[in-house]
This record gives sequence, C-alpha cells and structure tokens, in this order.
Amino acid sequence: MYAYDELDRTLINERVSEFRDQVKRRLSGELTEDEFKMLRLQNGVYLQLHAYMFRVAIPYGTLSSKQLRQLAHVARRYDRGYGHFTTRQNIQFNWIKLAELPDALADLAEVGIHAMQTSGNNTRNVTSDQWAGVAPGEVEDPRIWSEILRQFTTLHPEFSFLPRKFKIAITASAHDRAAIKIHDVGLRLHKSAQGETGFEVMVGGGLGRTPFIAKTIKPFVSGRDILSYLEAIMRVYNQYGRRDNIYKARIKILVHELGIERFAQEVDEEWQQIRDGALKIDDAVIEEIRSRFSYPAYEKLPHMPDELRKAAHDPKFEAWRRNSVFPHKATGYAIVTISLKPVGGPPGDATAEQMDALADLADKYSFGEIRVGHEQNLALPHVARRDLPALWTALEKIGLAIPNVNLVSDIIACPGLDYCSLANARSIPIAQELTQRFANHETANLIGRLHINISGCINACGHHHVGHIGILGVEKNGEEFYQITIGGRADENAQLGTLIGPAVPYAEVADVVEDIVEAYLALRANPDELFVDTVQRLGVEPFRERVYATR
Amino acid sequence: MTSPLEQKKIKIAGPSVVTANRTWDGAVIYRTPAQGWSPSLADAAIVRNSDDARALLSESAADDVGAVGAYIAPVELEEGGAIKPGNLRELIRASGVTIGLPVQV
Ligand code: HEM
Ligand code: SF4
Repeated sequence: MYAYDELDRTLINERVSEFRDQVKRRLSGELTEDEFKMLRLQNGVYLQLHAYMFRVAIPYGTLSSKQLRQLAHVARRYDRGYGHFTTRQNIQFNWIKLAELPDALADLAEVGIHAMQTSGNNTRNVTSDQWAGVAPGEVEDPRIWSEILRQFTTLHPEFSFLPRKFKIAITASAHDRAAIKIHDVGLRLHKSAQGETGFEVMVGGGLGRTPFIAKTIKPFVSGRDILSYLEAIMRVYNQYGRRDNIYKARIKILVHELGIERFAQEVDEEWQQIRDGALKIDDAVIEEIRSRFSYPAYEKLPHMPDELRKAAHDPKFEAWRRNSVFPHKATGYAIVTISLKPVGGPPGDATAEQMDALADLADKYSFGEIRVGHEQNLALPHVARRDLPALWTALEKIGLAIPNVNLVSDIIACPGLDYCSLANARSIPIAQELTQRFANHETANLIGRLHINISGCINACGHHHVGHIGILGVEKNGEEFYQITIGGRADENAQLGTLIGPAVPYAEVADVVEDIVEAYLALRANPDELFVDTVQRLGVEPFRERVYATR
Repeated sequence: MTSPLEQKKIKIAGPSVVTANRTWDGAVIYRTPAQGWSPSLADAAIVRNSDDARALLSESAADDVGAVGAYIAPVELEEGGAIKPGNLRELIRASGVTIGLPVQV
C-alpha cells in the first residue's frame, strides 16, 4: 500500500469544496450546462442514458479494505447498491444524483480517493499490473513508478488540455497483465545489460475507431530519465497532435502519420533540451517514494500446508483453485483472483454487500489489501496458502467463488446500450447469454483460456479488438448487429483481431460464438493449444467457413 | 446526442417528442404540453411535423436549469393514443435497463 502525503490530502479536499460550489451554482442556474459540463467532466461525472455516471480512479489498481468499504458506502448511500469495475482500474457508479455528488466525493476524499482526471483531455489514471509487488520474477514493484508518474501528471498545467485523452500503463513482468501495448504510452520495466533499471518505452497504441498496437520508440530509458523522456513525448504530442478533428487527435494518429522514426527523432530533440534539467529524478526521490509503499510482513510458511492438501479432495474447491490461485513471490502465499463474472451477471459489477464482505476477507486473509485488474476482476494479493480453503468457503457464501478466471465466461464487456449514451447496441445481455451458454465448468475447462471482449460501439471500451473473440455492436436499420473478430490479444504479444465476416443479428451472436469454439475444438493441434494460437496458426478462414457455411 | 442547434436542420419522419435529462439527478424526462417536464412518456407533448418539432425543442432547450441535453426523439402512437418509444435506445431510456440490476446478497 502507498501512504498519501499531506499535499495529496489537501489537494483532494480542495477539489471537493470547489466542486461543491460548482454544483450549487449549476443547480441554481448561475452556471449553464455548457459552462458546467467541463467542470463536471473534470470530476469524473458523465451524463448517461438514465442518470449521471461517476467514474472514480483506483491508482494502479490498489485498494485498502477501508477504501473498498467506502466505495461500498457510496454505492449504498448515493447509488443503487452496486458499482461497476472498468477496464482501466476505475470504478463507475451508474445512478448517482448530481445534487449528491459533492457529498459522495467528500466521503471518498476521507479515504484518499478521488475522480480527478478520470475524464477529459489529460493524462488519465496511470494503470499497472494488478499483481504489482507480488508477482514472482518481477523486476521491481512497478507501482513505485506508477506513483511517480501519478504525481508528475496530476494537474500538470502543460498537459491539462492535451489534444485528447492520454493513457499510460506500466508493467514490470515478462507477462504483460496491464495491456501496455494498447495504451498511448506503454512502459515495460526491465534491466539493462549493465544491470540498471529502466524502461522500454512504447508509444501510439490504442483502440477505438482506429486501433493500433504501440510501437517501441526507445528500448531503454533509465528510470532517472523517465519523466523528462515522457515530458518530451507529451510536448511533441501537445504541439503536433491534431485539434481540428477529435477522431484524429490521439497520439496514435500522430505516430502513424509521422512514422515512428520521425516521431522518435522529434522526441529526442526535445529530450536533449530537458533531460538533464529539473525532471531528472534523483535516487533520494525514488527512495522516498519507495519507502512510502509498505509490504506485509510475510511469515515463513510451507508451500503445501495440510489445509490445502486436505481440501484438494474436494473437486469444487480444486476447480476454483486451478484457475483462481496464482503463484506469489513469497513462499507459502498466493495471489487470488476474484471473478466478477457470475453466470448470467453483468461483467464487473459488485454489490455494496460484496464489496464490504471482500474488504472483511482482505482484512482476514490478505493484509487488508485488494487489487483491481483490467479484466474487470478483483484480486487478493497476499493470501497464505493454508487459508485458501477457508477463503474459498467464505467467497462461496457471497457468490464470489466463481471458478472461471481466464475461461470463456470471464468476459470483458462495456455497459453498452443499457447505460451508455454513445452505444449502438447492447453489450451486457450478450455477455450474460454467453456466460449461460458456457456455464458448464467441465466444458469451459476443456476449452481452456479464451477471452471474449464486447463493446457496444466503436469506442472499444470493452477492448473488443484485442479479445481472442471480439464482439462489436453496430446498428443496422435500427436493429442491433454485431461484428465478430478473432485472434486479438492484449498481452506481451498484443495483436488486433481479424473480422470473420458480415455482422450478425443480436439473436445469433451466442450461436456464432459457439460455432467458433466448436471449430477450435476440432481444429486445435492438441489440448494445450490455446484458441488464440490456433487462430494464429490457421488464420481466420476455417472459422469463417464454419460460421457462415450455414448462415 | 445531437445538440439542439444541429437538430435545427433535422426533419422528423413521424410523431416525435422532446426528451432530456433532469439536471439534479439525470433522470429521463419529457416535455409536456403545459411547458413543463414529466418523467412519464405518457405525458409528453407529441409533435407531428418538423416545424412544430423545432419549436418545441427550442422552447425546451430554453430551460437550461431544469433539464440538460434536450433533443427530438421518435415515438409510435398506438390505437387509443398510447405513446411508445420509437427505437431501442428510447425504449431503454423510457423503461430502464434490459437486464436485472445486481441482486443484493
Ligand atoms: C459513461 C460511460 C463511458 C463513456 C461515455 C465512454 C467513452 C469512451 C470514448 C468516447 C472512448 C473513445 C476514445 C478514443 O478512441 O479516443 C472510450 C474509450 C475507452 N473506454 Fe470508455 N466510455 C465509457 C465507459 C467505459 C467503461 C465502463 C469502460 C470499461 C469497461 C471504459 C474503458 C474504455 C477504454 C479501455 C477505452 C480504450 C480505448 C482507447 O483509448 O484506446 N469506458 N470510451
Ligand atoms: S464502447 Fe461505446 S457503448 Fe461501450 S461504454 Fe464505450 S462508448 Fe459506451
């Protein structure tokens, strides 16, 4: 966990009273909606189909149990008793009243949570690996660097009015759990041949209307230089990024149009001017930030305690353990992923009761810490392996021992036409139907790792381009249709999916997905070949044939 | 959502209403014949030609304190006068999400 300092607390509190005043002036008519809109967006408040939506940042996806309880409180007191975890380490509340928003923000401020820069043309919440600090083999805790960037980017005057939103993600593991290649800037922490810690910097990734995988602009930038290098990137973008057309304003378009070499050259010229200036981070600063992260005092525990050995006889427990429990850097501990994808439920939603219960479980079994990942799931990062059976029993009681992490029903979906004012088609009911189709655990297990991603429009909030199977809602003559892509992935080998053919109507989506999965089961080289690897090997043609032969 | 200004150019194809969101809580509301707002589509003022639609919209948009984002939405009129939303988006706005909200455990 990171301990915020006085500066942060003051900043957050000042922002709450400022917003309280703005809301008051809006409701009295002193501010018009045109004047107010920008102010509310600066505080994460959107207007959706049925109500205001409030987006709250969870920096690098780390929450204390106290913070999670406060999110539950906001859900219960100001909303309809639940919250929606998104793909960007944010939580959204869907039914909040503008008049009550300042109170909700004030309650969150008590525990150091806010909604600044969760919207607008600035650097958004810097995201990171949800297993940061506990994943085995990590170079170092990437949150130290996420925190440095958080401090650097929060309310940075030069970058508060960028051409468009700007998203940065960091990983420090070989296996990318932060989808860094689909961000405006992706940072991969690694060590140079000389043993120095620094970053591979990738730039120009992003989804939406024009999807791109980020390109490496520099294979190694020392940690000490990362702020000046990023500032150089931002300056070039701020200067050259298009402002005349919002669809062409993202840095990915600039990088594409200039070409990565030209862009890199521009950045380098800018960088040479500033690299040895005020933005050079000295070791004392890095140490100061590092020292504000606290880690649990792990005990020396056995890897295979009796409790676990005994529980292994229970097939239900084993089914859950196999896909929810992951290796931890400390012997005798595990990372536990909590799926928020129940059969028939909306992906990423958690009720206030579930949040409260999870906070209690985190206190009991995970040193009071919870993580939020980009797959719309949560994790308990420090669970002693001997406690796994007890934790599982407790999770069962609150409906959160769902044994489908990384399986076909672990679906990422945006809110779609049920909530979103930009949507063309619904996403959540498609996800619900698919979780029902694939509810059988044995079948899902046989299929293995398979990520389905659904977006209700081209903005790609559900990351459909990088789903192993991607589903995009489009509108045709007032009806909901869906385009299907396959072969996308968001990991270290990130790749955009390929369209398999014409869009299909709402009622056929689940059948099409079943056809694709059946084709895979028949085509895979062996049971260990993942769906996405089979697509890679064979191309989309055999899947296209299977789906459209009978349609 | 199309801004009222852009909608000045828009011609309606059939019976329509003006809808918006209520400022203090964001709820869906409809312009009524009495120049007020109602949360119920049944109370909405119906317009049947483009001139009336634009007039109703500009009158509605003038109330910037009570309502945000007013626009013209299509409806269908059933025999007997009942008003039905004219497309899926408006149906969802009028009747709420098509999914159950998470059940409290
Ligand atoms: C009020 C609801 C939302 C609105 C109005 C909204 C709006 C947008 C828009 C306009 C874009 C396109 C940005 C661009 O390409 O320049 C976008 C992208 C995105 N949104 Fe949302 N979104 C909403 C909810 C969500 C939710 C619930 C999630 C997560 C489930 C999400 C995650 C994302 C992500 C990951 C992108 C990535 C595309 C990229 O920047 O490369 N958004 N959103
Ligand atoms: S993808 Fe489209 S429909 Fe889905 S949340 Fe984003 S903007 Fe809304």
